[in-house]
Amino acid sequence: MPETPPPATPPATPTSPAEVAARERILGRLRAARTAAGGEAAAHGGAAPAPVDTADTAFLAAKTWPPAERLARLRRCMEAVRAEFLEATAATWPAVVRDFLRSAGARNVMAGAGSPLAAPLVAACAGDGDPALLLYDRPVEQLKASLFSAVDAGITTCLGGIAETGGLVLCPSPEEPRLLSLVPPIHLVLLDPTRLWNTLWHAVRDLGWARCLPPNALVISGPSKTADIEQTLAYGVHGPKRLVVVLVAGGPDRAASPAEAP
Amino acid sequence: MTTLPANFRASSTAALADPQIRANFRRAMDGLMAKRAALFADPAEWRALRSLGTSIRRRTLANLPDLLERLEQRCRANGIAVHWAETTAEANAAVLSILRAHGATRVVKGKSMVSEEMHLNDFLEEHGVESLESDLGEYIVQLDHETPSHIIMPAIHKNGRQIARLFGEKIRGAQYTEDVDTLTGMARRILRRKFEEADAGLSGVNFAVAETGTLVLIENEGNGRMSTHVPPLHIALMGIEKVVERLEDVPPLLALLCRSATGQTITTYTNLISGPRGPHEKDGPREVHLVILDNGRSRIFLDPELRATLRCIRCGACMNHCPVYTRVGGHAYAAVYPGPIGKILTPQVEGVKARHELPHASSLCGACVEVCPVEIPITEILLRLRREASHREPGSTVLEAGEARDAWEDRIWALWRRVHASPRIYRLVSRLATRLRRLPPPRLGPLRAWTSVRTAPRPAPRSLHELARERGVPDA
Repeated sequence: MPETPPPATPPATPTSPAEVAARERILGRLRAARTAAGGEAAAHGGAAPAPVDTADTAFLAAKTWPPAERLARLRRCMEAVRAEFLEATAATWPAVVRDFLRSAGARNVMAGAGSPLAAPLVAACAGDGDPALLLYDRPVEQLKASLFSAVDAGITTCLGGIAETGGLVLCPSPEEPRLLSLVPPIHLVLLDPTRLWNTLWHAVRDLGWARCLPPNALVISGPSKTADIEQTLAYGVHGPKRLVVVLVAGGPDRAASPAEAP
Repeated sequence: MTTLPANFRASSTAALADPQIRANFRRAMDGLMAKRAALFADPAEWRALRSLGTSIRRRTLANLPDLLERLEQRCRANGIAVHWAETTAEANAAVLSILRAHGATRVVKGKSMVSEEMHLNDFLEEHGVESLESDLGEYIVQLDHETPSHIIMPAIHKNGRQIARLFGEKIRGAQYTEDVDTLTGMARRILRRKFEEADAGLSGVNFAVAETGTLVLIENEGNGRMSTHVPPLHIALMGIEKVVERLEDVPPLLALLCRSATGQTITTYTNLISGPRGPHEKDGPREVHLVILDNGRSRIFLDPELRATLRCIRCGACMNHCPVYTRVGGHAYAAVYPGPIGKILTPQVEGVKARHELPHASSLCGACVEVCPVEIPITEILLRLRREASHREPGSTVLEAGEARDAWEDRIWALWRRVHASPRIYRLVSRLATRLRRLPPPRLGPLRAWTSVRTAPRPAPRSLHELARERGVPDA
């Protein structure tokens, strides 16, 4: 897990007496209903949380693919929703990313300050006409205008991928802020192809998220899309128009993806 | 805005006569049904997933008050402020007071059906706050001063040409075009600026996890993430039933929700929000507020049978498969939630007298029950509400139970009972019915509702009893 100390300051707005009264009335009614005879609660052991029957989730646990098939499946699912894939190795990915950006006409790419991706990209983008490397190095308030209008691409790592449905698990952090994967028109993600979970259910369990969740975590399965106009699929409605997954054989940097996928 | 009469009979008749409505819905619903069916092609998996989803939602409701308290406690520990509202007026006031405390006047909104219950946009506009819908469908609907006609696809009642015309008229400098990519691009250009400038973002909640104090939001467009991550303030709205116990409960529910709603295995974004911007983070809202709304739900919870209504995960599959909804469209219901789920939810929230027509707007075909991912017995609840509307059942907690009683209907049933309780009168009536069979069926009075749309059955020349007696059947 990236270091994410729990936020300390509770919001300043106080809870009004009216809200306290509303809370009491709502919870009071719910409690009264539950203690009433014949309620659904009675069939479920009353107030005690019903134990989860592992028989119910056995079919989820059994949804597995051999490691060799997971990547092909993820790729097929994500390409179907127009995600793009590039192949690279630990040594070549900065050049692969640079060449892609040049061909896409991107003038620059933004990485998080402190991200392990920054240094290799600086080295790779030193040539004439290469995209410039920008750093997300200050609070968004000081960066918003350029982030919305001047940044052509954002680049992040991810914790791994989901084989069943496609999708990359991202965990924004101080080193990789939330908006890097949202605001720039192109989002590049580096993925270690060996770090693939079978399903989201497996990922949630393996990551131990029930015990500790960062302020924001997400799964991204493709570029932004909509079908709100006559069910016609259109890409790039609010978020990135292109999602580019860079498969890095051997992993971009062990420190960059801290989670140990199975 | 097309204003339809609030009475369902009139509004559905008007909708049926509108070929545009019928064509737009038919086309959309056929597409959605086919996409869903393709993803639930394996019946064993569908059964397993559905029964897990149902048991998760039942387990949640069995512990609802405890889980809500746990959610509140976990959210607060994560730095999310929690507000409670019994009515939509209280929820509106809570939102406004949070906005005022921050001097916020420009709000961008992600999709939220609870905010539709609150009529939040109108309320905020009245109080000098600009509230802009950012989901493309909701944006289209707001631009035309309409309400959503579907809970997942709000602008489904409009076709491409209607939207092209709307954009051409309402968006300054826009050239008329029917090209969907160009129309989408227009909305992108306008809304990105709004995201950048907004003082606050509002959103709904798909699931709220009690165990971790996490708000789960799913979407395809990215407007939800824009609304919840870009502005300095995020306010999330949820009904009390949206809570689930554990994070592990979320993946199977999401699998059911995405497949049932839009025929996707996963949406573009699955966003888990467990707090405001962390101490070292460079972005994300500085404050996150969660408003928990009751609006009649705790009353529904009082009744063990009706409580199943609260299992709903708002996938919209019931409307996509409803023969009534597909023909009359979403606006004919004049309710926030149209279609089968609306037919059971709306009368329970607004009263079975005020909305007595809705439970009858069904052929009871059961298509909705068949596709419901959490097995809500919609048809049984429809029948229960039909009964409760005219006859309050003992111990009933249904709002306005028995108040839709109709004196004429009562008399007709009293007569019916009378006829069937006495063999002598029964014989007389069946004799009359068979002998006068050539008389035209009544075109007026209470029977007209039936005969105006159906061929009236013509009684046989002689009744079954008569024929049986003739053949010497004993006791006939």
